[in-house]
Order: sequence, then structure tokens, then C-alpha cells
Amino acid sequence: MSFRERLQSWRYNLVPDHVVGEILTKRWTDNAIPFLALVATLATFGSVIPGFFKLTALQESTRQLGEFSMVVTGMTVVMLGGGIDLSVGSIFALSCFSAVYVFFILEQSIWLALAASLATGLIFGAINGYLVGYLRLRAFLTTLVTFIFGRALFDILVTTYAADVQLSTATSDVLDFIGDSTFWGLSVSVWLAIILAIVTHIALTRSRPGWHVLAVGGSRRSAHNAGIRVRRTVFMTYVFSGFCASIGGFLIACRLSGAGPGTGLNLEIMALTAAVVGGVSLGGGRGSVIKGLMGAIIVLTMTNGLIRLGYGTGTNQMVLGIMLAVAVTIDIRWLKNRHKVLNEVYVAPVYLKMGETQSAAPGSGTPYELDNRLSAAEHIGLGELEGPEDVILDRDDNLYCGTRHGEIVRFFAPDYVRSEVFAHIGGFPLGLAFDKSGNLISCVGAMGLYSVSPDREVKRLSAETSRSWTSIVDDARLRDPNDCDIAPDGRIYFTDSTKRYDAHDWALDSIENRATGRLLVYDPKDGSTKTLLDGYRYTNGVCMAHDGKSLFFAESWACRVHRYWLEGPKAGTAECVIRDMPGYPDNINRASDGNYWMAWLGMRTPSFDLSLRHPDMRKRMTRRLPQDEWLFPNINTGGVVKFTEKGGIVEAMGDLTGGAHPMVTSMREHKGYLFVGGILNNRIGRYKIAGADPNWTSPASYWGAKP
Amino acid sequence: MNTIGWPNFRSLNQEGIVFAIAVVLFVAAAIGLPGFIDPNNLVAIVRSVSVLGILALGMAVVIIGRGIDLSAVAIMAMSVAWYLQLLNSGTPDGLAFAYVLAGVLAIGLLNGFLVAYADVPAIFVTLATGSFVFGYVRSQLITQDAVPVPQGHWVELLGGLRFLDIPIEVFVFAGLAFLFFLFLRYTKWGRYIYFAGDNPVAARNIGMPVRPMLVLRYVLSAFVALVAGLLTAASLHSINTRVVNSTLLYDIVLVAVIGGIGLSGGRGGVRNVLVGAALIGILLNAMTIIDIPLLYQNLIKAAILLGAIIVDGIINPRDEQTAQQGDI
Repeated sequence: MSFRERLQSWRYNLVPDHVVGEILTKRWTDNAIPFLALVATLATFGSVIPGFFKLTALQESTRQLGEFSMVVTGMTVVMLGGGIDLSVGSIFALSCFSAVYVFFILEQSIWLALAASLATGLIFGAINGYLVGYLRLRAFLTTLVTFIFGRALFDILVTTYAADVQLSTATSDVLDFIGDSTFWGLSVSVWLAIILAIVTHIALTRSRPGWHVLAVGGSRRSAHNAGIRVRRTVFMTYVFSGFCASIGGFLIACRLSGAGPGTGLNLEIMALTAAVVGGVSLGGGRGSVIKGLMGAIIVLTMTNGLIRLGYGTGTNQMVLGIMLAVAVTIDIRWLKNRHKVLNEVYVAPVYLKMGETQSAAPGSGTPYELDNRLSAAEHIGLGELEGPEDVILDRDDNLYCGTRHGEIVRFFAPDYVRSEVFAHIGGFPLGLAFDKSGNLISCVGAMGLYSVSPDREVKRLSAETSRSWTSIVDDARLRDPNDCDIAPDGRIYFTDSTKRYDAHDWALDSIENRATGRLLVYDPKDGSTKTLLDGYRYTNGVCMAHDGKSLFFAESWACRVHRYWLEGPKAGTAECVIRDMPGYPDNINRASDGNYWMAWLGMRTPSFDLSLRHPDMRKRMTRRLPQDEWLFPNINTGGVVKFTEKGGIVEAMGDLTGGAHPMVTSMREHKGYLFVGGILNNRIGRYKIAGADPNWTSPASYWGAKP
Repeated sequence: MNTIGWPNFRSLNQEGIVFAIAVVLFVAAAIGLPGFIDPNNLVAIVRSVSVLGILALGMAVVIIGRGIDLSAVAIMAMSVAWYLQLLNSGTPDGLAFAYVLAGVLAIGLLNGFLVAYADVPAIFVTLATGSFVFGYVRSQLITQDAVPVPQGHWVELLGGLRFLDIPIEVFVFAGLAFLFFLFLRYTKWGRYIYFAGDNPVAARNIGMPVRPMLVLRYVLSAFVALVAGLLTAASLHSINTRVVNSTLLYDIVLVAVIGGIGLSGGRGGVRNVLVGAALIGILLNAMTIIDIPLLYQNLIKAAILLGAIIVDGIINPRDEQTAQQGDI
């Protein structure tokens, strides 16, 4: 190995590049930017302003934060529903005035003042909601106008009644308590804000109305077509926003014991900035109450901090303007480009030096020598089938295969002309096996391990295993269950080829070549699934040895076959029995002569082997070229190989004409014939094996003669 | 359907209705209000809506292209305030004006760039830049809310300029209106604005330079705001930056929308601005003569604007199937 290659292997095999892509798939990365901004803001102002974190100072500013974060919570809900509410400042001011008017001028009880406050907010919110929700007006302009309207009304009322409020002698212990005291160290407004946030969060994430809000915000048209009452949902978001703003207004009325011309001024742009800075998306559907709260803390810390640092008039607006512009731009660009970045970064190739292999070319004289024998196979279901990855025959000689459409198709013996859909599962049924009682077990790509009973009842056996501690993407889920086989005691051994890619992206895994394939076992006694082996390059076919004491499994991208021991001194360990084959192995099945059949889904090429030693080149390729111009493994040629229990190669056959079976993913011997399937093929082949036992069948080999 | 320029007089559209209301109001005020029909008062009406109308012209071009410019008033007040501040602190006139022109150009370009190339909704971009412009100029560049015009400066002289006893801003308004009319109706990019406003994706697909055109519109709007600011300073001999927090911005939108320029873009023209300005001018003047306090005037204007938006929503309805996601 040259020094350059050694460096490459260290660089690409030791640095966990793939983690970047996996982190980007996480929803919580959306929260990361606002959270970092929050920490940075608090750290900056905390260090610049002396006594920023002192309890008394905190209590005063948290009181304000309580009021503000309620308004932001309302705004967040409206924005999640795809709208915007600029009138919160007016609602806040008017509710404050209602409370002040009822309490100080009418001299009624504080509870009546609260009721007046809430009523004001609800009515105002209902007006907004009616205009935007039912009349379908543009949210931004409509609430802008109701904002002006409310503001004008408030200014009139305040100038008219200011003197009367000053002269009023009304007092109340409750009011003083709400406005000045603390409860368990926190002020009432903070408690209320926390309760409101928790309730709203639970409602949004765990209740039907909350889901409706998110659905409407996420896709209004789809929500409408799905039967959600879009208009009413939108209406309710504005009512809720009015409700939130009115509680805030009531609290400030208690705190300041009055209402002034400055009440709620600029609140709408602050609340909007807070929501957007926190990461609540414009246009709806993405965001959470927590994000809104983070934004509220950032914005309030900034504006209050700047005031306390003594910057003059206008600084607040300047900072708010910058924050809003930057946050909105980041939000839009992030939403738009996240999946692009993800696509570019996700494939993180590793270094692998494949071993020297023997040639499979005709006339090369090696045991791997391919020929044209399979081109003579008769075809079954030509043109009716799409993607029979695996084929299997039952005791009555009927033929089964999976298809790309998520179905298992049965061809009837003896001529295999007539067919029917045996069962519809979904996903992409890959490996097949019959258990002792005749249930058809199938590894369904993208779904899990399934069982189909003889009377066609589909049952899911397993879709997950236990999660590993270091995983970032959920590796408990089975992404690409590929092939299975059943031990004499009924346990089902199966492979999950990759943790990194979904079943339909299996070719991408070959380019990355990261070893994430697993061997798992499903125990029908307790329904548990366990991971036996991990860290193989695309585990694929599984076949129980004839004596049932060990199993063979294929490691496709490394061109190896391993033997895993179930019993005996080596139980629980795996050893490599065939290495450095010239083809990529797929399914493995028993042969009548005590050997094993193995399918090759493709052939190694010197160019792709070379590219495996150049992960940098593959990385550039995946980032700069369109996918149809990438260098993939050659899967246009394949074949069938017979090997002995010790790993010796007996013979190989293929279809070098490429006419009938260019690539083979599965083969099954049955009564002297070999049935051949291919994941990219449109037929099943039936090939007469010279000299094979004409009575041998797979079910009998596994479970004995017919009961 | 004729949507550009000449309307179909036989059908009763919003512009026609507004025009009729304006005429009725005018007649009613002429009969009912003493001193309304006086030539001096009529000149005052036209003068009072001139600045509003000029700002509305810039807004109209942006709205026709399916955008909105909420930073117009901030640019108008703050650019001129900065200019006057520079003059008062002794900067040579040419240099000061060059600074201000560069600043206005920069904000216009920033607005346009963010809307056109970063795909950020216009409403948020201009809300943010408006807030930024006000805050930055107020906190960093000027020292007090109101900045006076220096003695004997040309801006002051401009304010006193009259022709045929009519103040100069009326002519500026008329001249600009004519220029905008020519631009929208007879230049290629002017016509393109309608297509881009009606269906931006289609306009882009057939090869129109949609993005550069967007940038141009915001730059245009910024410069129009500067002109309006200079005229305001000329007539008042100072500029008060508190106007940014007033309802002037909504008056501008009101003029454009009430004149019949649909907020969904692609519709309207200079004449709609004139009709809207006429109605608002008569209304404001009548309310002033009746002696309605300013606060109540705001309330009434807000109510009218709300009505205008509701009518706009009914005339240009949106439904669940055709509404665009994220279009708020």
C-alpha cells in the first residue's frame, strides 16, 4: 500500500464524514441555529452588562418576558397555521385598556377586569379570524389594517380616559400580587407563560385541533382536500392569538396599574421577529412553541440589553430590522436548500482495497469461468413480472416470487403459465423462505420481515431490532431487509443490508461502501429480534447449511461469503469461507448434491475496484455529476455459482449474451430444474440442470418429506 | 379582458366606483361645507395629496409587480433627514447629496436583491429594511427627531416656488405621473411588469429578466421616496422622522389599493393612483374642515382601508385550490 493510499484510508475511514449527513437528516437541526443564537445572546449581554443575571434584575425582566412570550406563543400558532398576526400589539394595548377601564374607572372587581380583557382579545381575534379565515383576505395586510384600527381606537381611548385613571383610588390585593409578587421565586406572568406554553405545545403536538393547524400550515390545499375545515382552523388560530395577547395585556395592566401611549408599541414587529428568529417558518407548518420562546428570549434580551447599555433612540428598530432580515433570509434559504445540501453531503465514501481475484472470462480456465448456459433457460411470466428478486417453490411445485409493486405472485404448476397475486404486502418483497408449517416468510425491502400463511393472511413479524448506542440515524428500523432463511428450531435468520440507505437506494450504498450491513435473528417464540453481526459491506443472501448447524451469508460489495456457526465450538462466530470473488454475491440456496447455489448480481470491474481506492474521487463524483453519470458497479452481467461447504468453487454459469438473464439475484433448485430470478429482470428462467436429482425439492430438504 | 391601461367603461369596476364616490363626495362637500369649493382650498387639496400621490406611484409600480414596499416612508424621511443633517454639519452640498443618493440606491438594491435573488417575501424584506433604515439613521446619523432645512438652501427655495399660483410639488406629481404612465405603457420593461406581476413563473419561463426587473422596481420606489421626502422638507422647512411611526405608510397603500390596483399584482396603472389620491385628498380635506380630530381621522382611514381590502378580496378572490402556499 502506497503512502498516498495509507493517507486516504486514514482520512476517509477514520474521519466520520457520514455523521454530518446523518445529523442533517434530524429535525432538531432546525433548532440548533436559534439555540446557538440564544446562548450567544445571553453570554454576550450577560458579560457586558454588570448584574445581568442578578435575581432582582431578572425578576423585572422576566415579568416582561412572561407577557411578551405569551404574545409570541399566539403569533407562533398563527404562523404555524400559515398566517401572520400583526395586530397583536393593538390587541395587547386594547386588552390592557379594557382591564384598566373596568378596574379603575368602573371600579369593578379584578376578575371582571380580566373577563373584559379576555373578551376584548377574543372579539378582536375573531374579527381577524373571520376576515382572514372565512373571507380569505391576505393575512399580512388585513392584520396590518386591524392593527392600525385598534391602535387608533386605543390612542383615542387613552387620551380620553388617562386623567380619570390617574385619579382613581381603586386598589386590589390580587392586582398587586399579580403585578408585583412572586410565587415560588417566579412572577405570576412567568408562571402563566410557562403553563400556556406547555398547554399549547401539547395541543399542537398531541391533539387533533393542533394537528389540523400544522396540516393547514404545511399544505393548505392538501388539508382542504383531506377534509380538514381549513377556514375554521385558520379562524381559530387568530382567536387563540387574540386570547394570548389579551392575557399579556391584562398582566401589563396589573404590572403598571394603567395604560399609556407606549403600551404595546412596536410589539407586533418584536413578536414577529421573535417567532422568525426562533425558527418558526413563514408560510406555516414548521416550528414549535419552544422555538417561539427561544426567539422571545433572544429578542427581549437584545432590546432590553441595548437600552441598558445606553444606546439611543432607534437602536432597537435597527437591531430588530437586522435580526428580522437575517432570520427570514436564513429561514427561506435553509428551507429551500436543506435537502440539496443533504443530498450532496450524505454520500460519504470510504476507502477499500479489494483483493486480487481470478478471472471469470470464458476460456480463462478458472473455476469462475462464465458461459452462456443460462441463455437456454425457458422463461416464465415474461413481460408480466417486474423485479422477481427471489423465487421459491412449495411442496406442490407452485412457484412464488416478489415483485417491484409489493406483491407476491404465484405461478401454478406444472406449466407456470397461469398466475395470480398470492398476497399484497407493499414495499419490495425480496428474500423468500417457507417455514415448517408452510408459511411463506419474506424480507420486504423498506418494511421488515413478513409472514404469509397458506391462506394468504399477511402478518408482520419484525420491523425493528434494538438500537445501537452510537447511532445517529435510527438504526433500530430495518431499512433494507434482504434475504432470510429458517433454522430447524424455527428461528429466522435474515440480513439487513445497510443502515444508511433506503431499499430503493441500494446502489448508492455500493458507491459509499461503508460497512453497515447486519445479520439478525427473529425468534418466533417470543417475537424478539436480535442483531447478531454488524459491520459488513451489504449483507445479502442467507442460506442454512444442509446440517442446520451453520449458515452462509453473502457480503455483496466485498465479494465474500461468510459462514456463521449456530452450534458447535465456534457457535456465535463468523468466518470467511470465500473471498475475493470476481462477482458480487447475492442470494444463496441449497443444491441437491449437498453443495450450494449462489447468485451473482454483478461483476467486479477494474475501474470500479480502482475507484474504491479513491474515495476522494467518488466524493467529488457524487457532488458534481448528475447521478446517471456516476461510476456504478457493473450490474449488467452476473451468473450462478455452485460452491461446496468448504468454500470451493464447483462451477459457474451465466448468460453472456445478456438476452435472458444478464444479472441474477436468486436461483432455486427444484426437481432437477434451476429457477432463476433477477431484481432488474422481467421474467423467471427455468433451466434444466444436467445430472441433478430429479426428485430433490427444497421444502423436503429443509422440513423432511411430505407429512 | 383588458387589464392593462384602458378600462372598459361599460362594466362597473372598482376604479369606476371609487371615482364615482369621489365625485359624489366632492359635490356633497362643495354644497355642504363652507369654503370647500374655494380655489385656495382646492389647490390645498391637490397639494396635500401630491406627496402622498408621488409615494403611491412608486408603491403602485411595486404592487403591480406583485410586491409591496413597506420601507418607502422610512426611506423618504430618513434619507432627507440624513441629507439635511450632513448639510447642517457643514458637508458640501454635492458630496452630501451623493452620499444620500448612494444610500438610497443601496437600500433599493438590498430590497430588490433579497426579494429577487434570496426569494424572501417582499413584505418581510421591506418591513425589516424599513425598521433598519429608521433605526440606523435615527441612532447613528442624526441627533434629534426633526432636522431643519439650512437657511437659504435650495430645498427651502423649492418650497416657495410657485407657478400660476400653484405650488411646485403639484407639477412634480403631475410630471412624475406622466413619466410613470409612459414607462408602464410604452416601454418594454414597463409592460413586462404586468406579466411578471400576473404570473412570475410564466414570465420567467418565456425569458423575461424577472429578477433584474424586480430589483429595478425597488430601486425606483426608493428614489421616488427620496423625491417625496425632498418635497416634504421643502414645504415644511424641516423633516420630522416621527412620520415613520405615523400612518402615512398605510395611506400610501390605501391610495394604491383603493384606486383599484390589485394586491395580487398585474393590474392597475397610473390612473388608478390618481383616482385613489383624489378620493383620499377630498376625504382628508373634508374631515379637516369638519374638524374631526386626527385620531378619529386615523380610525376612519383604517375603516376605509379595511373596506377596500375586503372589496379587493371579493373582486380578486383566492380559493384553496389556486392559492399559493406561503402566500401571506
